[in-house]
Amino acid sequence: MKRMSFVIAALLASTSISALPALAEGVKVGLMFTLSGPAAALGEQGRNGFQLAVAQMGGLGGMPAEVVVVDDEQKPDIAANKARELVERDNVDFVVGPIFSNILMAIHKPVTDAGKFLISPNAGTSNFAGADCNPNFFVTSYQNDQSHQVMGAYAQSQGFQNVFLMAPNYQAGKDSLNGFKRSYTGGVVAEVFTPLGQLDFSAELAQIAAYQPDAVFTFMPGGMGVNLVKQYRQAGLENIPFLSAFTVDESTLPGQKDAALGFLAGANWAPDIDVPESKAFVAAYEAAYGAVPGSYAMQAYDAAQLIDSALRKVGGDMSNADALRSALEAAEFKSLRGKFAFGNNHYPIQNFYLTQAIKRDDGKYQTSIVQTIFEDYQDTYAADCKMK
Amino acid sequence: MTNLFLLQLLNGAQLGVLLFLIAAGLTLIFGIMDFINLAHGVLYMVGAYVMASFAMLTGSFWLALGLTVPAMLICGLLLEFTVFRALYARSHLDQVLATFGLVLVISEGVKILWGSAPLTVPMPDLLSGSVGLIGPLKYPVYRLAILVVGLASALGLYVLITQTRIGMLLRAGASNREMVSALGVNVGRLFAMVFAFGAMLAGFAGAIVAPILSVDTGMGESVLILAFVVIVIGGIGSIRGAFMGALLVGVVDTMGRSFGPIVLRMIMEPAAAGQLGRTLAPMLVYILMAAILFARPAGLFGRRAE
Amino acid sequence: MRLMGRDLVALLLFAGFAAVPLLANLLQDPFLLVIATRMLAFAIAAMGLDLVLGYGALVSFGHAAYLGIGAYAVTILMRLGVYDIGLHLLAGIAAAVVFAVGTGAVSLRTRGVYFIMITLAFSQMAYFFFVSFSALGGDDGASLPQRSTLFGHDLLENDLWLFWLALGLLIGLFLVCRAIVGSRFGRVLCGARENPQRMQAIGFVPFGYQLTAYVISGAITSIAGVLLANQAEFVSPALMNWHRSGELIVMVVLGGIGTLSGAIAGAVLALLLEETLAGFTQYWKLWFGLFLVGIVLFAPGGVQGLVARIKLQIGSRR
Repeated sequence: MKRMSFVIAALLASTSISALPALAEGVKVGLMFTLSGPAAALGEQGRNGFQLAVAQMGGLGGMPAEVVVVDDEQKPDIAANKARELVERDNVDFVVGPIFSNILMAIHKPVTDAGKFLISPNAGTSNFAGADCNPNFFVTSYQNDQSHQVMGAYAQSQGFQNVFLMAPNYQAGKDSLNGFKRSYTGGVVAEVFTPLGQLDFSAELAQIAAYQPDAVFTFMPGGMGVNLVKQYRQAGLENIPFLSAFTVDESTLPGQKDAALGFLAGANWAPDIDVPESKAFVAAYEAAYGAVPGSYAMQAYDAAQLIDSALRKVGGDMSNADALRSALEAAEFKSLRGKFAFGNNHYPIQNFYLTQAIKRDDGKYQTSIVQTIFEDYQDTYAADCKMK
Repeated sequence: MTNLFLLQLLNGAQLGVLLFLIAAGLTLIFGIMDFINLAHGVLYMVGAYVMASFAMLTGSFWLALGLTVPAMLICGLLLEFTVFRALYARSHLDQVLATFGLVLVISEGVKILWGSAPLTVPMPDLLSGSVGLIGPLKYPVYRLAILVVGLASALGLYVLITQTRIGMLLRAGASNREMVSALGVNVGRLFAMVFAFGAMLAGFAGAIVAPILSVDTGMGESVLILAFVVIVIGGIGSIRGAFMGALLVGVVDTMGRSFGPIVLRMIMEPAAAGQLGRTLAPMLVYILMAAILFARPAGLFGRRAE
Repeated sequence: MRLMGRDLVALLLFAGFAAVPLLANLLQDPFLLVIATRMLAFAIAAMGLDLVLGYGALVSFGHAAYLGIGAYAVTILMRLGVYDIGLHLLAGIAAAVVFAVGTGAVSLRTRGVYFIMITLAFSQMAYFFFVSFSALGGDDGASLPQRSTLFGHDLLENDLWLFWLALGLLIGLFLVCRAIVGSRFGRVLCGARENPQRMQAIGFVPFGYQLTAYVISGAITSIAGVLLANQAEFVSPALMNWHRSGELIVMVVLGGIGTLSGAIAGAVLALLLEETLAGFTQYWKLWFGLFLVGIVLFAPGGVQGLVARIKLQIGSRR
C-alpha cells in the first residue's frame, strides 16, 4: 500500500520536471491548432505555415524561437485546459491559434487573463471584434462575417432571388449566414443549421432538390465541406450555383477533386495572387510539404511575420507589454496578401476576392482569383469596440 | 412536399440498411457469445480505410472491394484470436472496458498508419450519377445500390440463419451454448467464425459507404451508438430484430431531422419550432429506444433472458 | 465500523493529496494544483459511480450526464446572477436528483446490457439537449465569468482554495459513501446485486434500494461537475460525451470496483497516466488503450486486485 502512494508522488513529481524553464534569451510561442479529426488538414496547414515562417526567418524577431505545438482536438473543453497549460505551465509569450471559432471562445479568457498575447490566424468571431474586443487579442485572418459578405454581395449582383442557406450550428456558422445576408437582400428559401461535424447531407440535399433555389450558399469547413461537395455533385445538383466560403479551398480540394471544379467562393487570398512574397511562399510551402497552401497556412505565416516585426520593433524586449502591443498594432511586415493593416479592434483591413476552384497542369487543385469584390474592407463591428 | 418525403424515405432506408450491416454482426456476437463489442464501430472504420488503401493501390473500386472483404475477415479472425477469445467468459463490464481500450488502440493505430487527414475513395463509374425518380427528383445511383446490396445481404443472412446447418448451430448456440458444446460442436471455432463474419460485415459496410462519406477517424463513433440502439430496439440475438430496428432507426432519424421542424412549425411559431426541432431531432432515436424498452424491456424480438 | 485495509488506502490517498501544495511549492510548479484539483473532481465522480457500479452492479454508461448537470447548474445560476458555491452545489444536486429519479425509474426496469444501453441513451439525450441550447453556447460551450464565491468572497479564484475545497468535499463524500455502504441499506444493495430473487424472498424490493442508490450516485457525480466547472471556468456539452462516461467506468475498474478508495485511486491513476503519457507522445491514447486491455486481461480487479494478488504471492512464498 505504501508503495503505491510513493509511486504516485514520484509520478506527480515527474510531470513537473517535463516543464523546462524557458530560455532566458528567446521567445516561446504556443501553437494551438486542430490536428486530429476530420478538420485536421486545416490545423496542419496552420502549423506548417507558422513553422515555415520561423524556419525561413531563423527565429522570431532575431531571437531563437521555441514553438510548442498543441492539438485542441476540435474540443473546446480540451482546448481550454491546454491553453491554461500553455500560459501557466509552459510560460509561452504568445499563443497562436486556433482554427475554429468555438475553440477561440474557449481559449480567449485563459490566455488574455494571464496577460499573454493571443493571435488568431483563422477564427475571428464578431463578439471579439466589437463589444468584447481585448487589447491582448489580435487576428491575422479576417472577421468571420467578411468572406461571407463577399459572397452575399456577389449573389446580390447576380440578381439571385431565392437562395438556400446552410451552415453548421456553431458561432462561426451563424456569423457566416448573418454575414451573407448583410450584403444579400434577396429572398432566402431556407436557412438550415446542420450539427457540427455532420458528414451525411442526404437530408439537406433532398431539401435543396425539392426547393430548386437560384443558388446555394454554404459554409462547411474541413471534412464537412469535402463530403458536401462530393454528395452535391452525386445528387446531380451542380446546375444550381454553389456559392461558399471556406468550403472549397486548398484544405478540401484534395478530397473533393473534380467534384468542386468551377464552384465559387469568397476569400481574402488565393495561391495565384499577384504578390511576390506570396508566390515565394507558395513555392516554398509546396516544396516543404508537398501540398498547395490555403489561407490557413498563409494567415499563420503572416502571424509569424507579425510577431517577428513586433519583436524587432521593441528590440526583443518583451517586458513592456504596452510597447509590444503598439508594435503589434503597427503591423510593419510584408503580408502575403499585399495590403494589410489592423483596425482599432485588432482585426485586419484587407481586400476580398471572388475565387474559383481550378485544376492545375500538374494535376493539383487550387483556388484562383476571378475578381476583386471589396477593397480595404473593414469588418462591421469595429465601431462597437471601445479601443482606439 | 411529397418529393421531399420520398427522398427522405429512401435516405432513411439507405441509412437503415447500412446500420443493419453493422448491427447484424453486433447482434450475432452479442446473442451467441454474450459479448459486448464496443470495438465494432472501429471495425467499420477500418473497413473504410482498408478500402481506401486498396482503391489507391489498385485504382479500381471493384478490385478494392473484392480485396477488402477477405481482409476484414482475416482482421476479425486475428482480433478474435488475440484479444476477444480471452474475454468471452468475463463479465460485461470487463468486456466493455477491454473493447473500449481496443477502440482507443485501433483509432490511434489508424491515425499513425494513415495520418489524420480524411481519405477519399472514388465512386465507380458504373454507379455514379443519379437517376430520375419523379419529376425533378433525382436520386444518386450509388445510394440505390447500397440499398439493394443491404437488402440482399439481409435476405442472405436470413437464409443463412434459417435454412442452413451453420445457421442452425448459430441459433442453437444463442439459446444454449453449453448444450451445443456438449453435443460435440466445436464452440470455439463457431465463435471465431461468428466474430470474423460480424467483423467482415461491419468492414464491408464501411467499405461501401466510403465513396459517399469521407473516410476519417471519427466515423466509427456516430455509427456505433446507433448500431447499439438498433440491436437494443430489435432485441439482442435476433437478426430479424436487427433488420426491423435498423430500418426503424434509419427512417425515424432521417425523417425526424427533416420533417420534425416542418411538423412543429404547424403548431408553433417558426423560431420556437426551429429550436425545438433542433433539440428533439437527434434525441428522437433515443426517445424511441427508451419507449420501446419501457414497453418491452428485452426489445422487440428479444428473448426475456438472463 | 472496522477500519479495513481499503480505508488505509483512502487515508494514504488523502495524505498524498494534502501533500500536493507542499510539492507544488517545492517544485515551483503551481500547475500541479490544477492537475490535482481535476483529479479530485474525477475522484468524486468515480466514487459516485462506484456506489451503483461496484455495490449495485448496475453498469451506468451515462454517468457523465451528471457531470454536465452539475457544471451547467453553475453556468445557469451565474447567468441569473447567483454566484455562491453553496447554492451552486444545491442546485446541481437538485437537478441531478430530478434527472436520476426520472431516468432511473425507466432504466431500472431493464437488466444487463439493456440497462447499459438505456443509461447511455438518456445521457445522450441530455448531451443533445445542451448541444441544442444555443443560449448556453450549445456545442461551443460557455466561459464562466469567474469562479463561484465562497461565503460571499472570491476565495475560490485562488487555485489553492479551490484545491482545499475539492479535497474537503472528497473526504466528506467518502465518509458519507462509507456510511451508506456499511449501513443496512448498503447491505441490501449488495444483496440485490448478488441475488435479487433471494432478496425479494426475504421481503426487500430491490427496485427502491437500487433507485435510491442510483439517485445518490448521480447527486455525488454532479458535485464533481460543479467542481470541474469552477476549475476550468468553462463548460461545454463535451463533458457529457459517452466517452466521458466510459472514462469514468475505466477509473472505477482501474482502482478496483466495489471499494470506494479504489475509485479514488483509479481516478488518480487514470489522469496521471493521461498526463505522463501525453508528455511523451501525441499518440498516448494508443498506450492508454493497450494499458486498459492489459488491465482487463491480466489484472482483473484493477490495481487493488493486482496488489492483493502480489501480496498473496509474497505471503505464499514464505
